[in-house]
Amino acid sequence: MEYGLKPLGREKLWLWLMLVPTIIGLLFGTIGSLLATLTLSFFDWDLIGSPTWAGISNYDALFKNESYMEAFSNTLKFSAMYVPGVVIISLLLAVLLNRKIRGVGIFRTIYFLPTVTSAVATALVWNMIYGRDTGILNFMLESVGMSPICWLCTNNAMLSVVIVNVWGAIGEGMIIFLAGLTAIPRDYYKAAELDGASGFQQFLRVTIPLVTPSIFFQTLIAAINAFQAYDYIYMLTRRSGGDSSVPVAVFSIYRNAFHFFRMGDASAQAIQLAVLVALFMGVMFWWERRYVVYE
Amino acid sequence: MTKSLQKTILDTLAYLVLVIGALTMLVPFLWMISVSFREPAQQYSRSLIPNPFVFQNYVDLFRVLPNNAFLALVFNSFKISTLTVIGQILTCAMAAFVFAVVKFKGRNFLFALLLATLMIPPQVSLIPNFIIFKYMHLIGTQWPLILPAFWGGAFGTFLLRQYFLTIPRDLVDAARMDGASLFDIFWRIYLPLSKPAVAALAIFVFKDAWNDLLHPLVYLPTDMQQTTLTVGLAFFQQQLQLGGKFTVLMAGAFLSILPLLIIFFIAQKQFIEGIALSGVKR
Repeated sequence: MEYGLKPLGREKLWLWLMLVPTIIGLLFGTIGSLLATLTLSFFDWDLIGSPTWAGISNYDALFKNESYMEAFSNTLKFSAMYVPGVVIISLLLAVLLNRKIRGVGIFRTIYFLPTVTSAVATALVWNMIYGRDTGILNFMLESVGMSPICWLCTNNAMLSVVIVNVWGAIGEGMIIFLAGLTAIPRDYYKAAELDGASGFQQFLRVTIPLVTPSIFFQTLIAAINAFQAYDYIYMLTRRSGGDSSVPVAVFSIYRNAFHFFRMGDASAQAIQLAVLVALFMGVMFWWERRYVVYE
Repeated sequence: MTKSLQKTILDTLAYLVLVIGALTMLVPFLWMISVSFREPAQQYSRSLIPNPFVFQNYVDLFRVLPNNAFLALVFNSFKISTLTVIGQILTCAMAAFVFAVVKFKGRNFLFALLLATLMIPPQVSLIPNFIIFKYMHLIGTQWPLILPAFWGGAFGTFLLRQYFLTIPRDLVDAARMDGASLFDIFWRIYLPLSKPAVAALAIFVFKDAWNDLLHPLVYLPTDMQQTTLTVGLAFFQQQLQLGGKFTVLMAGAFLSILPLLIIFFIAQKQFIEGIALSGVKR
């Protein structure tokens, strides 16, 4: 039987009073605002006049307006590079740290630093590092005889931004993988060794299958973060006019809603983003049931 | 024999990769600190050690900006982040307690609904919330950044509920025998016994509020007396860049991350375990 304290008399009132903030949050913050955004996406509104019915024209614009399509495809491209980058690098680092070598604590602290500090502050210094004529990255390239790269020019900006975002996220991924790796019983490796499995075979046949729950979880988190990536992109690719050389979905929503006051278009874009997140989660949970190994 | 040799080689390789990686993580921070102690003329120097070593940039940060703007930014970030922590802890803990301990009609439905909101991207709420706050004439004030902290949240509620579930039921029954009310049980038993979980949540909420860029950018984009450090730094990036003063900008960046670095070094365990154990984030 499910345990639960029975509220006595007037305590029924207390119970709901304690839930009032959460219910307000559901009404205004999350569920309610999802419905509001959905409604707004069928109207045109500049916040000054009154909203006018727009039918599905705002959704039509998602597939016709070139700048909206560019923003959405940038988000997909960004995610396609960022998610594997974070998952693979942080898994590799966690496997190396799990070799019971000395100084694990120090490495963990160092890799975790960008997770603690604000993207705004670290983006300021990355901006200097990426400098074309003055940055240390090009200085290092030149000192090994390579030609300098314009890191934040339109052609390269996407890759440069992905690098910084991955740099900022691998500490967190590493912690999650490390937790998953330390949970694997040592006996499994001993058994594999007795059967004559090499170190690499052990990694492939024991470590990888048993760490699939962490891979699943980390992929999910990384993808959700990727769909919503904003801070580094705003800080590193913003042009003087206020637009960006790598406009992603969130950047475009922000500009549409709060600079151009195109609430209908911005709402349709926000719904598009929510659908992307929901679809991705659906695919991931299907994938989880088929491939993730739980002991 | 070959086995141990193999292990030595692999360990050395592992170290090599880890050290190179660690340097990549550290260099941006070292560079930030280095530039912040240089003379402006030396800002593009390739040497990591400032020569000469000057404090002037930190003095300038508080003197050059009009109306003590930097001090105001620091104060605002502290105020907003602290209020966010108080709001989240209080409202999430109350809801978590009710969901974990009390039996009532609709409990499972409400809790499932709350958890489902984890899937809604925060950007979806931004537009309707902006409109509501606009009609309340609160745009241009700090209220839109503070009020939402007092309406609970799925992440904090879930995290605290998980912890509350581990507290022995006997304590509740015993307190009930002594005539304790529902609120007494929450306030005098559950909250005091949950200090580790509350601390972990407080650190997380503080970090997220302190580092938030999108929300202050929407609600307080230009008012340097009202807005937060993140928006201020993004704003001064363009201002100071025009004057070419990266040294002052880096001093500002370093001061802005210093509080979190200090908290991180003091409470590293809660920080890292919070991530490893919490499972869901946002």
